Amino acid sequence: MSARFDVAVIGAGVMGATTALFLARGGMKVLLIDRGELCREASGVNAGTLTLHMTRAALIPYAQQGWRMWTTAEQWLGAGVDAVATAGLSVAFTDAEVAVLEKRAAVRREHGADIRIVDPQRALEVEPGLNPQVLRAAWCETDGYASAYLTGRAYRQALMQSAATILEQRRVVGIDAGAGGFAVRDETGSIAQATRVVLAGGVWLGEMLAWLGVTIAVKCLINQLIVTERMRPVMRTVLSVASGLLSLKQFRNGTVLIGGGWQGLGDPARGGVETIPDNLVGNMRLARWTVHALAEARIARIWLGLEAETADALPLLGQVPGVPGAYVIGSAHSGYTSGPYLGRLLAEHMLGHESAHPLFDPARLVGVPLPQ
Amino acid sequence: MTTAPRALDVVVIGGGPAGIMAAVAARRHGASVALLDENPAAGGQVYRAPPPGFAREVATSSEQVDGDRLRALLAASGAMTLFAHKVWSVGFGFRIDAIGPDGPIALTAPKLIVATGTSERVVPFPGWTLPGVIGLAAATILLKSQRMLPGRATLVAGCGPLLVAVAAGIVKNGGRVVAVVDLDGPRDWLAPLPALMSRPDLLARGARWLAAIRAARVPVLLQHTLRGVREEGGGLRVTVGPVSVNRMPDAREERTFDADCVVVGHGLTPSTDVTRTLRARHRYDAARGGWIAETDEFGRATVPGLYVVGDGSGIAGAAAAEHHGELAGLAAVQDLGRPPSAVRSRQTASARKRYDKARRFGGAMAGLMAIRPAQVAAIAHNTIVCRCEDVTRGEIERAIDDGAREVNQVKAWTRCGMGPCQGRTCADIVGELVAQRVGGREAAGYFTGRLPLRPVSLEAVTGDYVYADIPIPKAAPL
Repeated sequence: MSARFDVAVIGAGVMGATTALFLARGGMKVLLIDRGELCREASGVNAGTLTLHMTRAALIPYAQQGWRMWTTAEQWLGAGVDAVATAGLSVAFTDAEVAVLEKRAAVRREHGADIRIVDPQRALEVEPGLNPQVLRAAWCETDGYASAYLTGRAYRQALMQSAATILEQRRVVGIDAGAGGFAVRDETGSIAQATRVVLAGGVWLGEMLAWLGVTIAVKCLINQLIVTERMRPVMRTVLSVASGLLSLKQFRNGTVLIGGGWQGLGDPARGGVETIPDNLVGNMRLARWTVHALAEARIARIWLGLEAETADALPLLGQVPGVPGAYVIGSAHSGYTSGPYLGRLLAEHMLGHESAHPLFDPARLVGVPLPQ
Repeated sequence: MTTAPRALDVVVIGGGPAGIMAAVAARRHGASVALLDENPAAGGQVYRAPPPGFAREVATSSEQVDGDRLRALLAASGAMTLFAHKVWSVGFGFRIDAIGPDGPIALTAPKLIVATGTSERVVPFPGWTLPGVIGLAAATILLKSQRMLPGRATLVAGCGPLLVAVAAGIVKNGGRVVAVVDLDGPRDWLAPLPALMSRPDLLARGARWLAAIRAARVPVLLQHTLRGVREEGGGLRVTVGPVSVNRMPDAREERTFDADCVVVGHGLTPSTDVTRTLRARHRYDAARGGWIAETDEFGRATVPGLYVVGDGSGIAGAAAAEHHGELAGLAAVQDLGRPPSAVRSRQTASARKRYDKARRFGGAMAGLMAIRPAQVAAIAHNTIVCRCEDVTRGEIERAIDDGAREVNQVKAWTRCGMGPCQGRTCADIVGELVAQRVGGREAAGYFTGRLPLRPVSLEAVTGDYVYADIPIPKAAPL
């Protein structure tokens, strides 16, 4: 097959799938390709936190829009991801953490997040399950969680209805830029011709940009995630700690998800390979410290998810430097929250519409090394 | 943070015949060995030991005799034994984390021998999740460990040798079997007979089981299957009918029985949780029970230093497992770089012969325990397939309709296999259902291996600590 498309989107996570969806709805003939299945990497295995606490400050307005999109997904996507809006508390147990908490909250307030610092009494009213030894908490009403594993199913239905072509289990190995557009290749040869391409490959974006001769370093985090068996209600908010090393929420089915980015072993080539027991124990100790009732929880499942991060931890969003017709989206830290909005913004830009917020020009990161 | 792991040459997970002999063989040649099992004593399922303090007269059955012999060998071997230990994590290298009666422990070893046996397959039917409906394997645990009857009036259904063993076990222990409902017919049972001749002792034991069932005048319905079980009048009303692979079930041919317990099993499937977690290469082999790790005849998997032995490497029976374990134990010693020895070569050659012979017998029986695709195809749409998450066949089919092409996508879209059993119960059935839509088991794939290997509590894993003990890494950037 070497059909002709207006645009080929490579990488079918939230960012690629949303871009593809809005481009298709905008009248383009869209091909969405993934080496695996729809939303099966970071978009389908992340902790589902819809939060401003962990979002980079400059990304706050985008995350607020993304939060709105997730919590109203039934309206614009057709199917939801069980998104629940609830308050989010980031907590501090030491004086050092209080200082970090106040600093993080202040910076986020400057970017429009309504985050207030509250005392232990107020924090415990908001979250009765919280360890009373908490010293301070940052409280934000714009928070919540989704069941990330439902993401692919929700997008697939919407994409099918929008007449986008989905090609799963096809590994693209290169793109040839020509006069009339791009030839997208897999190991067997050309898959498709497209006037435009969108690279949306998450932790694989560094490698994909190299196809077009552009060097941008993308860091790959190997996040460990832990979910418990169903248990009695023990918490009702989304909890994190000031350092960012914990995210905690109890889903409506009673399971509690423990995340926070404690690292396992792996790399982009092999994926998440191995959990590190000491890091699992550390993550669980922090969770149990924060909500004592979790002591009784039984661990049901542990997995690894790959998270991409650029040198400045802000997204790649815009035209590929020096390659007209090629675009890139992705690699935003905590990108699930803002993901759908970033995808919509890129689609609007490509369709020539006015955008409410500026893109994040990838040119700023060309040749910039990752911080140690 | 946790106590420093204890370093050994060889760690064996699983204390059945394969694990015992792997530990004994490696220990015999000077390797330091630890064997872990979640049960309170060695023996595994077939050679299950009575619980501590449970009085047993002199061992009477051949299984008790074999079990006592193996336990004595292990005890005399000098291998470190860690019973009542749940292994919840394995990592490359290898590192093994377990929770025991005294809390968390960690071991490391360059060689890991996995001898985790099988789990039972139950092809779902209406009512299979009701209280009082249990597996054949569960019934054997009751009968073997404490000679406990599963019910007052028990209906035994399914296929394979366990069916006969359980029915005979209930009769021998003074219980009442309402009926034996066998998926297979006389031809299915006769087919493996030539291969079974290699072990007249085991064949004779099977004949004794059949004689016990016949003497008790238990109705035996061949080529019959459970149509459904429902609760009625404080008991279970069981509907059975002839196997109807290529035709619609006919209500006129149905019979009902009243029972207070239904014991059912449709064969065994190898436990591959450890090898899947360690990303060894697997292949699908229906005749050997389903997905199995690719191994050589010594049990070496595709991950260096990893061995899989016994029924967990493909169903071949307890007798073969013992010799297979011995082969892997000897291979592990060789792979540790110990100098060649004539004794070890002789032992290896001898174990090879015993293993090949026993495997012929076990392999023949494995055919009776293989999955029957037609039986899976006949599961009703409103029947629950994943009992942890209450996912029906209809929901699985809808996920496939929506575009899920392999089992992990089905898992994400339906929660099927996400519960406490980690898919142990439903994986083989879901795999077959997806396979029938996407063109084969290889295309349907298998659930990615995920820790914990057994559910463990946060309290047990985290132990006692204060906040300062938590090594919190550097904070995320602003």
